[in-house]
Amino acid sequence: MIEVQQITKRYGQHTALDRVSFSVAKGEVLAFLGPNGAGKTTTMRILTCFMPATEGTARVAGFDCADQPLEVKRRIGYLPETPPVYQELTVTEYLQFVGRLRGLSGKTLTASIQREIERLGLGTVQHRLIGNLSRGYRQRVGLAQALLHDPPILILDEPTVGLDPKQIIEIRELIKNLAGSHSVILSTHILPEATAVCQRVVIISGGRIVAEDTPEQLSARLRQSEKISLTVKSPPADTDSRLKTVQGVQNVFTSGAPGTFLLECELGRDVREEVARLAVASGWGLLELKAVSMTLEDVFLQLTRHEEGLAPERVVASAESAGQSA
Amino acid sequence: MTPVQAIIAKELRSYFVSPVVYVVGSVFLLIVGLLAYLYVVFAGAQAIQLMQTQGSAQINLNDLVFRNLFASIRFILLIILPILTMRLFAEERKLRTFEFLLTSPIGINEIVIGKFMSVFLVFLGLLGLTGLMPLILALFSDFDWYPVLTGYLGLVLLGALFLSVGVLASALTENQIVAAFVSIGLLLVLWLLAGLGSLLGDTAIGQVVSYLSFMEHYDHLVRGLVDTKDLVYFFSGLTLMLFLSHRVVDSARWK
Repeated sequence: MIEVQQITKRYGQHTALDRVSFSVAKGEVLAFLGPNGAGKTTTMRILTCFMPATEGTARVAGFDCADQPLEVKRRIGYLPETPPVYQELTVTEYLQFVGRLRGLSGKTLTASIQREIERLGLGTVQHRLIGNLSRGYRQRVGLAQALLHDPPILILDEPTVGLDPKQIIEIRELIKNLAGSHSVILSTHILPEATAVCQRVVIISGGRIVAEDTPEQLSARLRQSEKISLTVKSPPADTDSRLKTVQGVQNVFTSGAPGTFLLECELGRDVREEVARLAVASGWGLLELKAVSMTLEDVFLQLTRHEEGLAPERVVASAESAGQSA
Repeated sequence: MTPVQAIIAKELRSYFVSPVVYVVGSVFLLIVGLLAYLYVVFAGAQAIQLMQTQGSAQINLNDLVFRNLFASIRFILLIILPILTMRLFAEERKLRTFEFLLTSPIGINEIVIGKFMSVFLVFLGLLGLTGLMPLILALFSDFDWYPVLTGYLGLVLLGALFLSVGVLASALTENQIVAAFVSIGLLLVLWLLAGLGSLLGDTAIGQVVSYLSFMEHYDHLVRGLVDTKDLVYFFSGLTLMLFLSHRVVDSARWK
């Protein structure tokens, strides 16, 4: 449904997007992850034909964004970063206006409005002015707007911002239900969200795609070693070297709080038992011992921080972007 | 409902929920009414004077009331129409609905025309209300309707031109105050071109400069002279301004 090839966007000297390529299949939900200013919004703006790319092509549902913007726009539901609502209209009036702009009329329009009002729980506020609604409601009105003409493609820029936890779960459910029949691109900086609703994650940083895979595989790939966190009450000065004597422990870091150590161990080797024995036998006062698993969050931080010692070749699916971030 | 109609309906709704139209409309009608009253009273005073000196009085209301009034309204429009147009695009950009509008499956020309038409309808409504004044005068006096009607035609065309300049100014910035000042500034320059033109006199440049100003074209209509040249001036000016607005809106996407 969406095919982006080698898109570059420059604002004067500044390169916001640098040869970005990815594609979204029909029915797939793709998450765009990245720190602020990474180029998420720029990519979305190019896909929705709001702005043209400097180089490269973007095709949506078979139509080129540069050549046939109207055809593309008809097939996209777009929720920008700030919900695009008119404060002086009521929810219903606003949705009527949106529907008419998209060629809906008569009974189809009324039915579509009713469907979205129900789907997003706007029933109680449908006759209120949008200007008087809370941020969460406005966000939902924005979503209703994107879904109104039932487009095959949805582009959602941070769809759950400003919602309360219950609403966030509802919206995630909604997006999950849309998958299959709709292709969805959503940007987020909330990592559990990506894990919760998306089949594929694209991590973007500094205008480049630094990783692209399923959430599970991303964290698996990055995991080069097992990590264990150890907290003891009274560690002697030589704790580091004592811990290193345990077989399988490769490295010991003191991390933040006093008495807390981070142990890096060989892959596939659980050293917790031995570490516990050592700690107890030496009388350090064992308080906590746990395996640290690599969450998507860690993956994200590692990838976007460009830390030294991280070999990006192992992470990045495509070899071409790997060389640049090394 | 076509997209253009949808935009017109939405803009009209926005105009009438905000106090701007009511305030601007009241001020406009108040000033026009006051001026009309003053010109009529002056005409009356002149008639009394003529009665005393000559025994009988035949005064021309077209000259004494309407031409003065049409000349004054020009200036009021220059001040108030930019207040009506300033929000059209500037507000969309400020409130981030601009992106929504431009990613809707409609052309930029439809957006520009829809917005222009909405404010033009508001203006026509206000102008229509001033029509009460000649109607009431007609009850108590005799005057020639023809120059009054061409004067109104002049006002409609002049207003449309002013509004299109305002639309352009609003597309240029996201600050409404800046938009209002830019359009007042542009209109004043157009106005003063007439002065520059007469300063240059009857040379080729002088004629071109005078032609660019709306003054003489509007004057012709107020005097009851409907000339295709003047109509062409207004329509081409209007088209040019809306075309430029289209370009400005289009280029705003690139930034």
